[in-house]
Parts: sequence; C-alpha cells; structure tokens
Amino acid sequence: MTSLSASFVIQRRVIWALLMREIITRYGRHNIGVLWLVAEPMVFTVGVATLWTAAGFGHGSAMPVAAFAITGYSSVLLWRNAVSKCNAAIQHNFNLLYHRNVRVMDVFATRIILEIGGTTASFVLLSALMIGTGFIPVPVDLLTAIFGWLLLAWFGAALATMVGAAASFSEIVDRIWHPVSYFMFPLSGAAFMVDWFAPPVRDVLLWLPMVHGVEMVRDGFYGHLMRTHYDPAFLAGTNLLLSMAGLLLLRAAGRRVKANP
Amino acid sequence: MGDRYIELYQVNKSYQTRHGARRVLENVSFRLERGAHLGILGRNGAGKSTLIRLLSGAEYPSSGRIDRHMSVSWPLAFAGAFQTHLTGLDNLKFVCRVYGVDWKPLLPFVEEFTELGIYLREPVVNYSVGMSMRLAFALSMAIEFDCFLIDEGMAVGDSRFGDRCHVELFQKRRERSFILVSHDPHIIRMYCDRVAVLHRGRLFEFETIDAAYDFYESQQVPPPAVVFD
Repeated sequence: MTSLSASFVIQRRVIWALLMREIITRYGRHNIGVLWLVAEPMVFTVGVATLWTAAGFGHGSAMPVAAFAITGYSSVLLWRNAVSKCNAAIQHNFNLLYHRNVRVMDVFATRIILEIGGTTASFVLLSALMIGTGFIPVPVDLLTAIFGWLLLAWFGAALATMVGAAASFSEIVDRIWHPVSYFMFPLSGAAFMVDWFAPPVRDVLLWLPMVHGVEMVRDGFYGHLMRTHYDPAFLAGTNLLLSMAGLLLLRAAGRRVKANP
Repeated sequence: MGDRYIELYQVNKSYQTRHGARRVLENVSFRLERGAHLGILGRNGAGKSTLIRLLSGAEYPSSGRIDRHMSVSWPLAFAGAFQTHLTGLDNLKFVCRVYGVDWKPLLPFVEEFTELGIYLREPVVNYSVGMSMRLAFALSMAIEFDCFLIDEGMAVGDSRFGDRCHVELFQKRRERSFILVSHDPHIIRMYCDRVAVLHRGRLFEFETIDAAYDFYESQQVPPPAVVFD
C-alpha cells in the first residue's frame, strides 16, 4: 500500500502533468496560447459589461454598472464553466486511465483547476484594470470579496464534481444540465441584487446558494453603498454537502468506468 | 525480489448490455512473480482486452481483487495512451511527468529508437502509422516497469522494427515480467515460459505450452455474438 504522503506526491505530480497536457492540447502554442484561458472569460465579461452599461441595466443599484456586471457575470462563469468541462471529462480522457497513477479524480481536478483559475485570473485582472484606471472605485472590504469569491469557487468545484460524476452514469444528466444552467443564470444573482425584491421573494431567492456568493462579493466591493443579503454559513454548508455527494459519486463513477466503444 | 508480484483473486467482470449483464471474465485467478513471462492465448471475444484493461488498472473488476506489488505498464505500444494534438516530445514529457521520471536523459534513446528526426517536435496527428508505432513503443520502453502488458498487435510493422522491439523488450528486459495476450500461439511459444488459455471468459493454465496449444486448437467454439475487443 502507498502511504498517504506518497499518494499526495503522486497526485500532485499527475495533476501537474495533466494540466500541462490539457493546456497545450486546448490552446496550443499559437498566438497567445495559454493566455486564452484568461482572455476568453475576460472577453465575455467585458462584452456583457458593455451591453449592460449601454442598456443602463442594474441602475436600481447604487453600484457602478460596470462593477455590477463584472462581479455578476464572472461569478456565473465560476460555477458554470467547470461543470460544463467536467461533464464529458471521463469519456474524453478514458485512455489516460491506462496509466496506473491517473484516476478520474485527477482528470476532474485538472479541469476544475483550469476553469476556476482562468475565471479567477480574468476577474482579478479586469477589476484591477478598472480600479487602476479609475473607472470604478476601490473596493471597500477586499477580504469579504475574496472570501465570497472563494466560497463561490468551492461551490463551482463541488457542483462540477457532482454533476460531472453523475453525467458518467447517464447522458441525460448532461442534456438536462444545459437548460438548467441556462435558467439558473437569471436566478443566480448575477443580474439582480436581493435587496431589489420584497421579503417573500427575497427569502425564495436566498435558497439558491450562488446568490449568497455574489451578494458577498458585492458587499466586499461597495457594501457601503447598498444593502446586501447573504449567509456565508449557508453557502459553505451547501458546498460541504455537494462536495461529499460529489466525491461519493465520483468514486462510484471511477469504479464503473469503461472503455469507449 | 520475492515479494514483487501481481495477483488476481476470483476476478469477475460484467458489462451491461441491452439483454442484461453479460459476464466477460469469470473467476480469473493467477499470480505472477517478477521475472515470469505469461502468455495468454485467446480467440477474438475471449476477454483478452478486458483482462488487459483490468490488469493496467484502467477498469475495475466487478468483483474479486487485483493486488499489485510491482509496477505494471500501460498496454505496450498502445497508441491510444497518447494525445495526438501534442508533439512526440510533449507526449514523452507527459508520460515522464506522470511516472515521476526526468525526460531529458531519455531523449537520446527516444530520438534514436523512433528515428523521427524533426517530426519528434511535430504533432502526432501528422505521423504515419509506422511513426506512431515507433513512438508508442519508445515511450513504453522509456519508463522502467516491473511488468509489461502486451496486447498482441506487436507483430505488425516492418521486420526491422519488429527486430528492434524484440531486442529492447525480450532481450534487454528479460529479467522483468510480461503478460502477453495473443491469438497467435507462435508468438507465445517464442517468448513465454508460462501459458494459459482464455476461453469464454475463463482462464485455464497449462503445464506445457503444447498442452495449452492442443486445448486452444480443440476449442472450435465460435466467438460469442457480442465482442468487446
């Protein structure tokens, strides 16, 4: 048996190998290469921010529209992209499992790290650019914003593990995921503030875990300008449950994985 | 040395089909010490490739246990184990990273063996079949395993390539183990000191290669309808 610390060393090595492989496979060595990982979500977010600004969207909030759009759309990418990438992960990477040290968990971890890393870098870069140029004010409570972001990232990773592992049991999961993620977008808190709604609606919205994350990030940005509603413990608790369910499903998925026809 | 082995206990493997579960391997058990060379004869659909997938760890048994107390390779020269959008060199680096080996000292061997020249730095999609095969084999030899898995197919390629594979594997690495599955008794007779026949998912081991060969030849049962190779 391999000891826990030895396993950890192997896993780190394998995930590193997979990261390098995935980056070169996906982005190649042409033009800006791996930078697309960051550039792609940036382009999306800038596009959405421009549209929302032009439409005067989010003016119900005291928050600058650009900041409202960046915090909102980036947080959607954070939980949506990792899931999409994990849904076909086992199928696409079966041949890697012939290498004894490569397990389905490594394949998932690689994709999650790439997606969350790329979106995070895009978010940080965009925010820094806009703050640096004076386009939006400096956030008032960076620590709360970072904490909210990390909770959302955890949510994305846990959801990706769960949905991705479930997708290997039935292709229905992937089919349903697309409409579900589409409908979740308007409900996710990206395009509204919880405070805009009356308490009964508010309570319903707060059943959605990602709403708490977005509210928290926005509280960290300009919490002094508006009222935010969130409970980090609720999001963390959901994340914990999702993570456990995800890991159990992933273990089961790994045991029944089979070669592509 | 004596504690390096791979052992299978009562390994079963079933797959779901539209007509319910279909058992492809049935109570397969054997133990292989380091240095032993096992040949497994089997017709198409006998379960050879399934057994290789279980041995390499790509798939898990439905029941039973596989204990690995030595390092087991991926199926030798298996081209599927590399990524065709990467260059040959990227694939070498990937495999080395996975197994925790420094790739730089291995480069001369891979360059010499594959004879790829500048193509080593081109994507594998641009390779001919022969070139991919040479690369796949060289990568398998680059990592040192206790036990190599060989899924027939090795006989393809020109004779010069065949000879060089022979030297690398069966002469230079003679002290390692290998498990060779094939439907060709001659290959097994040439390289193996133990022989078994996989017939309809069950493994029969024989004292002598001749006995195994006789049994194999006498089984005129047509392959099952569903083939998982």
